[in-house]
Amino acid sequence: MTPQEIFDKLAARFGAAVSDFHADAKDPWCIVRAEALLEAASWLRDEPEMRFDFLQNLTGVDYPKEGKIAVVYHLFSYPNRHAFQFKVMADRQDPLVPSLYPIWRVAGWHERECYDLLGVFFDGHPDLRRLLLPDDWVGHPLRKDYAEAEHYHGIPTTRPNPIDLFQVSKKGAAS
Amino acid sequence: MTSGIEFVNAQDDEMVLNMGPHHPSTHGVLRFVVHTDGEIIRKAVPDVGYLHRSIEKIAERCTYQGFMPYTDRVDYLAAMFANEVWAAACEKLMDVKVPKRARYLRVISCELNRIASHMIALGAMAMDVGAMTPFPHCLREREYINDFIEELCGARLTYNYHRIGGVSFDMPPGWRDKVLFWADHFLPTMDEIDRLITFNEIYVKRLANVCTVPLAEAVQYGLVGPNLRASGLKWDLRRDDAYSVYPELEFEVPVGTGRMGAVGDSWDRFWVRVEECRQSAWIVKRALDEIEKHPEGEILGELPRKMRPTGEAYARIESARGDMGCYVVADGKEECYRARFRTGSFNAMSLIEEKSRGIMIADLVAFIASLDVVAPEIDR
Repeated sequence: MTPQEIFDKLAARFGAAVSDFHADAKDPWCIVRAEALLEAASWLRDEPEMRFDFLQNLTGVDYPKEGKIAVVYHLFSYPNRHAFQFKVMADRQDPLVPSLYPIWRVAGWHERECYDLLGVFFDGHPDLRRLLLPDDWVGHPLRKDYAEAEHYHGIPTTRPNPIDLFQVSKKGAAS
Repeated sequence: MTSGIEFVNAQDDEMVLNMGPHHPSTHGVLRFVVHTDGEIIRKAVPDVGYLHRSIEKIAERCTYQGFMPYTDRVDYLAAMFANEVWAAACEKLMDVKVPKRARYLRVISCELNRIASHMIALGAMAMDVGAMTPFPHCLREREYINDFIEELCGARLTYNYHRIGGVSFDMPPGWRDKVLFWADHFLPTMDEIDRLITFNEIYVKRLANVCTVPLAEAVQYGLVGPNLRASGLKWDLRRDDAYSVYPELEFEVPVGTGRMGAVGDSWDRFWVRVEECRQSAWIVKRALDEIEKHPEGEILGELPRKMRPTGEAYARIESARGDMGCYVVADGKEECYRARFRTGSFNAMSLIEEKSRGIMIADLVAFIASLDVVAPEIDR
């Protein structure tokens, strides 16, 4: 099925909970409201016409101007060989999205990474801990307004440019 | 990353062990906190992130072309594929057409790299379960490939060979004949490796029926590439997505059949990789024949003068560790707004925690090796 057909079926089933279909995008996508996410995802997985059994990718994109974080889901169906993409817009101040771990187990680690790097909370996730960064890390680095701390446990995170050091020593040698 | 150490009931026989981060069987810096009862694992909690270099954050600070060398570091055993997936995503974003000859060069370099990567996977897996001999044999073949790729692009590990719209260099003189000569020698070498290890009775008994991943579970946990095919799904992006010039090159897609035990056991995963090496060598041979039809000359497509695309694109290719995806969001600047690499090892790692319950410690080592997880690909 084409993404347009998938969206039409999705819209017919869930009404206003799915909207904003971007048919002209490279990978057409739509927006699913967070309240309907679990239901829509399990419908997409189980409906015989859809059978999206593989969650290809789950990630987040920070849009500080809009005050939103978009959580992006890429789905693929091995039996039907079609792909679909949708986004859930979460509020940037308090991003809370239902976890899709009960539907696709692969979401477990992807959601942990998304929480780690973007600070999105996934409701119902069994083990929402930081994945890549240390537990005591402050902040979520893939947010656009993230500022790196100057020190981490006394280790400086910046260092002087070695080229500058070289020029200083050369000057010193000349005088 | 977490300490993972929990209080343990002193009356119980449970012992908490650290496996890694510097353990030879963990294929990079990878740590498992293993809760054991004697030799049986109660649970093994993977602790990743030791190799996290925030590739995705770096992408937001680089130009599109300028990010290419960083993609090498996504997976240092198979850098060509990360090059290609980044190029493919950018080409999709900017509607760039890749010339035919460049496509062939991409296929040849990628398939050579696939063999090199599988050689490490096969040799290291045999070594992890106790067979020392195959490793140097596999490394010898990998050395040849490293030499070829060095002649092609000047680097042995981090290639930076692909470009958005094509590749950076054409074949040097005499290179084609050398590779063809090597391919003819490589196919019998694989038979040698079959005799040496694949069908070795001790090895087969060690791996058959160990850590079987049924197909439904493999799809649920998003296993891709050789691991998924070993579980019995005949799915290969090169054939089914038919990207690049793969439709013009004939090849087989090996799948696990449960020949020595159950479908999707560790031996099947090993065998699928052995077969893939053969198929890749055939693809290289065929591609080197086909490339003659496209005379030397254009290897870089027409690029926009200023790379300032808008929109977003998701591209996927078949890497040595399976379906590798790259998601790029652009906002009309010279740098991308967001880039995301979705890799095969990342998904495979999340399965280990689930499957490790109730298996032996030695089988965990076999399981990690048979999934062919590579730490930089998990952490990026």
